[in-house]
Parts: sequence; structure tokens; C-alpha cells
Amino acid sequence: MTYETVVFYVLAAIIVGSGLAVIFSRNAVHAALALVLSFFTASGIWLLLGAEFLAVSLILVYVGAVMVLFLFVVMMLDINIARMKEGYWNYLLPGLVVAGILLAEMILVLGGRHFGSDGAITFGLNIGESNTRSLGRLLYTQYIYAFEIAAVILLVAIVAAIGLTMRKRKDNKYVDPSVQFLAKKEDRVRLVSMPPEPKKARGDV
Amino acid sequence: MVSFYSQFQLILPEIFLLTAVSAILVIDLFLPAAKRMATYWLTQGALLVTAVLVFLVTSTSAGSVVVFDGLVVIDELSGLLKILICILLSVGISYSRDYLAHRDIFKGEYFSLALFAALGMLVMVSANHLLTLYLGLELLSLSLYALVAFNRDSKDSSEAAIKYFVLGAIASGMLLYGMSMIYGSTGQLNIEQIVNAISAGNADMDLLRFGLVFVVVGVGFKLGAVPFHMWVPDVYQGAPTSVTLIIGSAPKLAAFAFVVRLLFETLGAATLQLDWSPMLAILAAASLILGNLVAIAQTNLKRMLAYSTISHMGFLVLGFMTGTQQGVSAALFYVVTYALMVVAGFGLMLLLSKRGFESDRLEDFRGLSRTHPWFAFLFLLIMFSMAGIPPMVGFWAKLFILQSIIEQGFVGLALLAVVFSLIGAFYYLRVIKLMYFDEPSASTVAEQRTGSLVMSVNGLLLLALGLAPSWLYSLCEEVIKSSVRLF
Repeated sequence: MTYETVVFYVLAAIIVGSGLAVIFSRNAVHAALALVLSFFTASGIWLLLGAEFLAVSLILVYVGAVMVLFLFVVMMLDINIARMKEGYWNYLLPGLVVAGILLAEMILVLGGRHFGSDGAITFGLNIGESNTRSLGRLLYTQYIYAFEIAAVILLVAIVAAIGLTMRKRKDNKYVDPSVQFLAKKEDRVRLVSMPPEPKKARGDV
Repeated sequence: MVSFYSQFQLILPEIFLLTAVSAILVIDLFLPAAKRMATYWLTQGALLVTAVLVFLVTSTSAGSVVVFDGLVVIDELSGLLKILICILLSVGISYSRDYLAHRDIFKGEYFSLALFAALGMLVMVSANHLLTLYLGLELLSLSLYALVAFNRDSKDSSEAAIKYFVLGAIASGMLLYGMSMIYGSTGQLNIEQIVNAISAGNADMDLLRFGLVFVVVGVGFKLGAVPFHMWVPDVYQGAPTSVTLIIGSAPKLAAFAFVVRLLFETLGAATLQLDWSPMLAILAAASLILGNLVAIAQTNLKRMLAYSTISHMGFLVLGFMTGTQQGVSAALFYVVTYALMVVAGFGLMLLLSKRGFESDRLEDFRGLSRTHPWFAFLFLLIMFSMAGIPPMVGFWAKLFILQSIIEQGFVGLALLAVVFSLIGAFYYLRVIKLMYFDEPSASTVAEQRTGSLVMSVNGLLLLALGLAPSWLYSLCEEVIKSSVRLF
């Protein structure tokens, strides 16, 4: 057993363990933190494979941005865990049966022989140079069309998110700055000329 | 080989459409609410110019041209489908103008999202690579999810959007899983290279078949074929009618291209077709049975048309199942004419609706022939066409499919299709009975609606195509012959 194999099995065991913890933990925050752990170990495995760019971006994007946001949401929403877990044990058995059948079928059909590292695909990647560089070159030459479409998908996500969540509320106190700025004294203050009140004599109540 | 710069010419329609959406998105921000109509006209203009550009590009390029390192293919099939997608979307948007205004969703984002969906469809239709197929599909689906949820004040819409989103995401996951299996087996993502790897015997066939199952499941989800149909009725009913129209029409054409590219051009190689053909036969039979039977029990017209969609998808899948050129041509004819019917059907519901009134229950059509004789007549044409009664075009569509499957010896399936079409005719004819033989009830649309010229043309086209179907069919045949590599 080489050093890499040992590291791989350790990391794989941590991934499986933390994955199970995500499903079984009773506290949503614990589940999210276990997910962070599994992301970290997954990026470790990618480093082992020599895909350093993917490993770094997994940590930056998923752990740094997505999971932090996720934790915020979990903490802000007061989720009733007890109610979410209702019927958990009722669904567990049928779920396990279905998953077991699926797993057995997959193992029967595929077996382990398709997942070895012998046929690892290094298509298009120049092994001699850095991973980030080869990825960048492929993305901006051969896959430029697909890359642009992916950018359009992000634009759609932005438009959809803003279009669905932004709405004028009747009760907000927002004032248009330009209206505020252009307001003149005459718009706000009305000078009324009134005849002076006749002075009343003292004690005349 | 196409030179580096001339490949940009070939995707000029996509480039134009993307530029136009971005421009419309920004222009709309600066328009006061009273001038929002400008956004509408710009949208229509963008769609029509795109259609013209597609026509110019396709007619000048010879045969199938593959550009961008195999990511994109420009052929006659993509040209025809792109033009139809643009026109159908433009017609659909023209019906929904008043509907949107009455529901306070006549907003710039609505039109930009519809155009983004169109862009996604164009990308899908001329994809030559699993990556582009998937990205186009996601671009289309994401825009549609947002459009379904667009009416924020409607609880039904939000529910429909969540269901559509969750099930659509599962379907995309299945599809990606299948694609990753194909990649794992052949080491390629480009359609031609996958085929080369398979025919050279470099592919792991077990793994490929395993991936094929997932691909069929994903395609079944996207088409809405039984047993992956659960989202269709809820989404059709819950979404604003204008969005239901969009979902029901143009994306079906894109789905057709998706199936042709993925199942025929990629996984048609070797003996793989013998593997997916029975799977599709099961999907088709189940869709025909369930769609037609459950539609009878519906009282909501949108829901009824959703189940009718399921049964129509069953017919479409029958055409795919044959795996022959005749079958695919019949399927293309079917999907084109079906999209025309759907646009007309939902368009009519849009025109009859008003503020606070959806006109989507069967009840609302009672005695329509007294209050709106012309609309009732057009709806009669649409229902006849969907039921497949001659001389409407729907009859020919069904006939061509049946011919193609009988020629392959699937007499049992053909019989099943005919029997369930007969059962299905009941619920189409019931609408006609309600319109023509019943007295108007309190909920029938009473006040006059402005008749739409486009609507009349659309409805009469169903009749005209039914009287002279041969030119459209020969067009479909020719397009399939020149563009689709069958094995």
C-alpha cells in the first residue's frame, strides 16, 4: 500500500462518515458543518488526483460562499426540527429497502471494474503544465461557446432572483433621493397671511 | 473546415438574440411604466429578426456544418426548428399582452426571461456536444421556472414553480448522471466522437447501457411521459396561462431536437437502439393510457389539456420508438402541428380571460357559440385537431405516426394508440358540446372581446394544413433525411 492509497482511504472514510452525519444529525447547524467537513475532504481527494484548481475552487466556492450562506439561512429561519423529523422512522424502512435494491442492481450490472484508476482520462490536459493554466486555456478556446452559455445562465439566475423577490411594498419608507433633492421651500412650507388675533385683556377668561 | 471568423457568422442568430435580450433588459429599466409597451414591441422585433437571421444563415450554409470545436452544428433540422421556435414564441407573447397587463405582470423581466428561454432552445436545437445540450436545457429550464413563479401574488403559481423546479432538477440530475456514464464509457462528449468510439469498439457497452437508462428517464421527465408525468398537470394549471402556453409549445420542439441528438445521433449506434426502443414503447403506451383516461375526469381546461399533452407525448414517443427515418419524420410533423394547436388553444383562453377571471374552467365555455360565435368556431377547430378528426391537421399527424409504427410491425401498439385516441376524443368533444349545445351560464364570457387576427390565422392554419398536409410532411421528411444520421 503506497502512501497515496492510505491517504485516499482515510479521506474516503471521513467523507462517508461526515455524509452520514449530514443525514442523521438532529441539529441543522451540525448537519451543515458536517457538510463543510465532507467538502474539505473531497477537495483533499482532488488534490491527491492532481486537480489542484478544482480542489481550491471547491473550498472557495462551496465552503467559503455557499455553506456560509447556508448557515446564515439555517440560523435565521427558526426551523422546527422535531416536526421535520416526523415520520422519519416510518419512511426509513421503505427508503432503505429501495436504496438497497438500487445498490444491489448497480453492483450487479457494473461491479467495481469500471471505477478503477487505470483508464483515468487525461484528455486535453497537458500534464506537464499547471492544472489551472490548462483548464483556463481549454475554457477560453475550445469550450468558449459553452463557457459563454454558462455565463448567460448566471445572468438568468440574477434576473430571475431579482424579478421574483423585488417588489414595491406599500409600507416602506423609501424616498427617491432626486425628489428629495429637488424639493423647494415652496413645496413644503406654506406661508399663510392671517389677520393678527386681537389681544385679549388680562383676566378676561 | 470553417475558418475561425466565419464560424461566428453561423451563430449570428444566437449572438443577435443575446445582445438583444441584454439591450432590452437595460432599456426596460429606463422606461416609465406607461411606456412599457415599447419593451413588448422590442421583444417581438428581436424574435422576428432572429428568425430571419436563422433563415439567412441556414439557407446560405451547405448541409451540416460543425463549428466551435464540435460544440455546435448548423443543419436544416436546427434551422427549421429555430425558425418555428421564434415564431411560436412571438405568437404566444402576442396573445398574452392583455392577460399580463390585467394581472400586473406586464414587466420587462417577463419578456427578458421569455427571450432567454428562446436562447436556451436555440442552443439546444443546434447542439452537437453533450455539454451544449445540457447547458441549453438548463438555460431553458431556469427561465421557465422563474416564469412559472412570476405571478408572486398567486399561491398556485408558487406551488407549481416549486414542483416544477424540484422535479426538473431531479430530471437534470438523472440526465447528467447518464451523460457522465456515457463519458465514462467512451471518454468523449462530442456526439460524433462518441459514435466513433462506440463503432471502433472502444466503449464499455455495459456502462453505456446503464447510462442510457438514466438518459431515457431524464428525457421522459422533460417530455412529461408517464411515469415521469407528475409535474405536468400541476404546472400547467398553476402557472399563469401565458406561461403555460410557452411551456406547452416551443420547448416541445426543443425537446424533439434533444431526443434526436441524444438518442438517435449518439446512442443509435451499434445495437443500442434495440435497448432504448422497448423502453420508449413502455413510456408511450403508459402515456397514452393514463393521459387519455385521466383527462376525462378534469373540470379545469388547463388541467385537461395537461393530461392531453401527456397522451400527445405518448404519440410522439411512438414515432421515436420506431427508430426509422419515417418514424422520426412523422414525429417531427407531429410535434410541429401539436405546438401550433397548443399555441392556439391556450391563446384562445388568454383572449377570453379578463381581470380576475381566468376562463380556464370547462364551465366558462358553456354556450360560448352564442356569445362569441367566431371564437367558439376557432376552438372547435382546435379541439377537432387535437382529437385527430379529419380534415384537421391533427388527424394526419396521428396517421403518419401510426403508419410508421405499423410498417415496423408494431400492430398491437398501433391498436392501443387508436383505441385510446377514441377514448380521448370524448373529452375534446365534450368541450364542443358545452360550447354549441348548452345554454350560456352565469360564468360564460359575456362581453365582447376584440378578435385577434393572429388568432384567426392560427386557428384556420390547422384546417388549411389538414387540407394540404403533404408539403409540410415532405418538408419534415427532407429535413430529417438531410440532417439526422441514422444507423
